[in-house]
Amino acid sequence: MSLLTLDKLSVTFGNFRAVDQISYSVEAGEVLGIVGESGSGKSVSSLSVMGLIDHPGKVKAAQLTFMGQDLLAMGEKQRRKITGSDIAMIFQDPMTSLNPCYTVGYQIIEALKTHQGGNKKQLQQRAIELLTLVGIPAPETRMSAYPHQLSGGMSQRVMIAIAIACNPKLLIADEPTTALDVTIQAQIIDLLINLQQQKQMGLVLITHDLALVAEVAHRVIVMYAGQIVESGPAAEVFSTPKHPYTQALLASLPESAAGKSRLMALPGVVPGQFDRPSGCLLSPRCPYATERCHEEVPPAQGPLTRQVKCHTPLDMNGSPIK
Amino acid sequence: MIQFILRRLSLVIPTFIGITLLTFTLIRLIPGDPIEVMAGERGVSAARHAELSAQLGFDQPLYLQYFRYVSGVLQGDLGNSLVTKEPVMREFLTLFPATIELALCAAIFAILVGLPAGIIAAVKRGTLFDHSVMTFSLTGYSMPIFWWALLLMLIFSVNLGWTPVSGRIDVVYWIDDVTGFMLIDAFLSGEEGAFGSAVAHLILPSIVLGTIPMAVIARMTRSSMLEVLSEDYIRTARAKGIAPWRVIIIHALRNALIPVITVIGLQVGILLSGAILTETVFAWPGIGKWLIESISRRDYPVVQGGILIVATIIIVVNLLVDITYGIVNPRIRHSR
Repeated sequence: MSLLTLDKLSVTFGNFRAVDQISYSVEAGEVLGIVGESGSGKSVSSLSVMGLIDHPGKVKAAQLTFMGQDLLAMGEKQRRKITGSDIAMIFQDPMTSLNPCYTVGYQIIEALKTHQGGNKKQLQQRAIELLTLVGIPAPETRMSAYPHQLSGGMSQRVMIAIAIACNPKLLIADEPTTALDVTIQAQIIDLLINLQQQKQMGLVLITHDLALVAEVAHRVIVMYAGQIVESGPAAEVFSTPKHPYTQALLASLPESAAGKSRLMALPGVVPGQFDRPSGCLLSPRCPYATERCHEEVPPAQGPLTRQVKCHTPLDMNGSPIK
Repeated sequence: MIQFILRRLSLVIPTFIGITLLTFTLIRLIPGDPIEVMAGERGVSAARHAELSAQLGFDQPLYLQYFRYVSGVLQGDLGNSLVTKEPVMREFLTLFPATIELALCAAIFAILVGLPAGIIAAVKRGTLFDHSVMTFSLTGYSMPIFWWALLLMLIFSVNLGWTPVSGRIDVVYWIDDVTGFMLIDAFLSGEEGAFGSAVAHLILPSIVLGTIPMAVIARMTRSSMLEVLSEDYIRTARAKGIAPWRVIIIHALRNALIPVITVIGLQVGILLSGAILTETVFAWPGIGKWLIESISRRDYPVVQGGILIVATIIIVVNLLVDITYGIVNPRIRHSR
């Protein structure tokens, strides 16, 4: 049984489909990378797994299960027991993700108290252990520090400590390093991967950083305009992309433009609420688009482990199969 | 923290100088002097006027009068009322408990209604409740206070007969002045029904006086809560799986309260300085009414002294607000 299974999950805000019928699953001990540009629905789909989509957002799915439990069918109270304990999440901007009015210790202990309980001394002890685990020096004194006294990297470590406080089986990291500087980024990712391996958690890593996904993720999902356009083993997807969007994404990396004066870029922008094309969502920007692409929505094709949502998937050499 | 308080206090000195100068000159700019007002329609002969002026020290040059006044203030002497010959401070202390009593009840009403209304309106944003709270508070804020007082009086006192019309307690009770607070004195007197009567007399004035602060607090709380509820740390709190009420009260409200406390403090300061309209309509013997009357009598020492005391109250309340601010917000407490 998969740890987390999503089947045809959609998140809508009024008429706007932020996430459009996406399906994927995460196994225990697996690192799943989700990549895509801003506004492609990466964060929103994860927030829907956490149950954090607010009115007027609506979540619909054929299936949304965590370890066999139907997350959409259960009551709010029951769901909160899973949120924060079995499924935990860390966010993009650590500096604003901690409550400025409470100490680091209070915020870690709150997570422990909600799901595990225990007396004051035990909770205190456990919180110090967690701070040590995420590599914060002098954890005893840091317990009484306020968030504004911490650096960005430290704050993100505290966020990780809160997230792993109740030994989650699944950790969702939503662009955990975007707001940090480069040297700190590597440390935070190392920490996350170490913890993931130590605790055999499932890790969903949402990021813009393709190189990072290629390095640490087992499988990868590429999202565009709320849909999954391609999925498969990370190494395969990046070495031989089948979707023109993935190909363009890889080509836009500065590394692949070595020696050229300009970076490769697709013309146009991600379609918004009012300019969604009738056929394939990428068709207005796709260099290989045919008549059929403009009219007909492409189905996801290929084996479950290597899917692509395209009428003209690319072959091994990166040119479309006619 | 001590350094912070001292720094704030040092700013008070120029404020005080400004206030004494302003009240001293402004009251003298009003046509008619105390002697003419006391004489009334009969008028007063020029010789008698000069004699009385000399007696009261009004024949001295203005700067000398001001200097004498300020040196008196520095020695803790605010002077005597020209009308009653009582020391200003004693008159003030007699009347102030009535104002405090009314102000506190109004503030409690405003906070008890305004704060929850603002919180619920923010949490249930866009619902009927939210719109009603906002409409009511806007109406409350823009309503002429004397009209609102008369309206409530007409409905609840005259038509329904639920509450008394004016005063602090029913005339059948004679309550000894122990603390000056009618509620406490009536309770201590042990007379049957006295306490109930004192409470009944407080209801309408408190609601009337508390209406504007309530509206201000409700709107401020709502907008502050809305801002805080969209913060990242609220998402973090919810991601911990804690109960929604805990997210709102523990995580959102504490942050949202920071600007609200300022507003509450300022409002309480205003309430304590005497509610002129409310006290007048309800014949409430507080300092608002006292100051207004002293202006029409050109009672220079009372106006000067009264305003100076009121200003002191507002300054002290503001200082207390700043200190509470530091307690609620660790970012202020830790910055030097």
